Amino acid sequence: MKKSFRSTLINAITKSAEEYPDMVVLNADSARALKLTEFSAAYPDRMIGVGISEADLIGTAAGMASTGLIPVVVGFSMFVSEKPFEQIRQAIAYPNLNVKIVATHSGLCVGQDGATHQALEDMAVIRSLPNFKVFAAADVTETEAALQAMLKHDGPAYLRLGRDLAEDIFDGNKSFTPGGADVLREGDDITIAACGLMVEQALIAAAGLKSQGIGATVINAYSIKPLAETLLFEKAKKTGAFVTAEDHSVIGGLGSAVCEYLSQTCPVPVIRVGVPDRFGESGSQDELYRKYGLTADDIIAAAKKAISMKTMNTKG
Amino acid sequence: MSRNIDELKLQANTIRKDILRMIYNIQSGHLGGSFSMVEMLTALYFDEMHYDPKDPSLKDRDRFVLSKGHTAPALYATLANAGFFPKEKLMSSFRRIDSMLQGHPDMKKTPGVEMTSGSLGIGLSAANGMALGNRHQGIGARVYCMIGDGEINEGQIWEAAATASHYHLDNLVAFTDVNGLQNDAETKKVKDMLDIGAKWKAFGFHTIEIDGHDFNQIFAALDEARAKKGVPTAIISHTVKGKGVSFMENVVAFHGKTPTKEEYENGMQELENAI
Repeated sequence: MKKSFRSTLINAITKSAEEYPDMVVLNADSARALKLTEFSAAYPDRMIGVGISEADLIGTAAGMASTGLIPVVVGFSMFVSEKPFEQIRQAIAYPNLNVKIVATHSGLCVGQDGATHQALEDMAVIRSLPNFKVFAAADVTETEAALQAMLKHDGPAYLRLGRDLAEDIFDGNKSFTPGGADVLREGDDITIAACGLMVEQALIAAAGLKSQGIGATVINAYSIKPLAETLLFEKAKKTGAFVTAEDHSVIGGLGSAVCEYLSQTCPVPVIRVGVPDRFGESGSQDELYRKYGLTADDIIAAAKKAISMKTMNTKG
Repeated sequence: MSRNIDELKLQANTIRKDILRMIYNIQSGHLGGSFSMVEMLTALYFDEMHYDPKDPSLKDRDRFVLSKGHTAPALYATLANAGFFPKEKLMSSFRRIDSMLQGHPDMKKTPGVEMTSGSLGIGLSAANGMALGNRHQGIGARVYCMIGDGEINEGQIWEAAATASHYHLDNLVAFTDVNGLQNDAETKKVKDMLDIGAKWKAFGFHTIEIDGHDFNQIFAALDEARAKKGVPTAIISHTVKGKGVSFMENVVAFHGKTPTKEEYENGMQELENAI
């Protein structure tokens, strides 16, 4: 059953309010759109809105963190990662302040709003910052688990969510640790590491591959930074080929992170499924996923290609 | 409170000499904008602010945010004189490898530095966050922010100004150090911000214009800010870039230029003669 990221997020934030009395929520004129008003109704003095001022939003969060509070900045991905990137670098990452950024509306899944609102580079830029942890949630259960893990962790963290609905993959309960990952399915021929909304596509692809006699391991790589290195290494050894899948540019996100790691530890073919080096456009999520190559079929094709490359570089 | 203005003048003179020594010693750093705010820093750290140099993370301390972070030498010299760290660090550490005194302020490396800065425009937002954070936790401390008159070209300053006003941050004071010069030229030539006081006023600040080198005016403004309830205060401090060394005063080049041996010796002599 599909469930809403936004409703889950606000429930999770509201639920955490008692356990984390120092948690405050900041936003830039997106409280209504993100249903944050449900939190501010319950905790009016713990919600700071700064209007349409994203640079100021980040700086304010940094200042509040320096007094011992735990600011959770919530907003559309484009406007809480890429727009105020320099403020995030200077005022949160470099001084290593305890600010959490929860980014909704990440990737092509934004749909009709089009390219200006489709953050395809947010993981790339935030991942490049020292001190930051970068996570992506695949469904509502994982959203709640991620928020808990972020609040528990002392330091900057970025969580990437989809816009609207997600298939409920984990159904109510899952563990979530920085540097962790979930093995959702085992197979010997190929490993598919996916994050966010592409986890669902990866599972569909693995079922499709199985019907064709190809065994796929599926990893929910929710921790883009730090990566689940040991697990990736084991699976590279075992399956000898990788596909990564993400609703993000193929430059700089999960695919890049996996390539960076495996190329230095266990070089195997890696095919990256993601948005090619181009901007998005308006359309429904399904239409965009088809047009830009983010479907289970695209993952299947990538898997076959990666498998065919296993012996390509062998001498002789 | 009885304020010994003569003593404060002496302290300011010591800080200026420390700044000149630091920058000459490493042959790197920003003199002009450091000198223009020395009296304000002296007034804050040697009278106005509540803090404990032995306990820099004291919960109810007043905080100072140097938004114009390139003038770190003035902040470092002030903090050292206030007892946050030994004065010898000013010479052995500033802008050197593996050091606690970075080229621009680093809150995780230097005791007493409240916010990392250097990229212009961010400090007032952070100061607002501190003022909001203190208020949220029932801490009555005050937050002071020093902004450059070139820095107010940055849009974020005005985003933050609107936020401070919207949240009625009467525990916040924003200084603008109006020394009239920025990196390229006179501020009015680079981008004329017109009537700076009128801008802060329009953003809802209680606005006071002073001579930023006159201790009596600085304290009168700080007292007025403390008494003002319901709105933040902006102190527009008219200053002289390079103040205290005649041949550096109002010279654009001394924004980032370092003194020659002769300039250093003459400068130190002038500062000696001033007391």
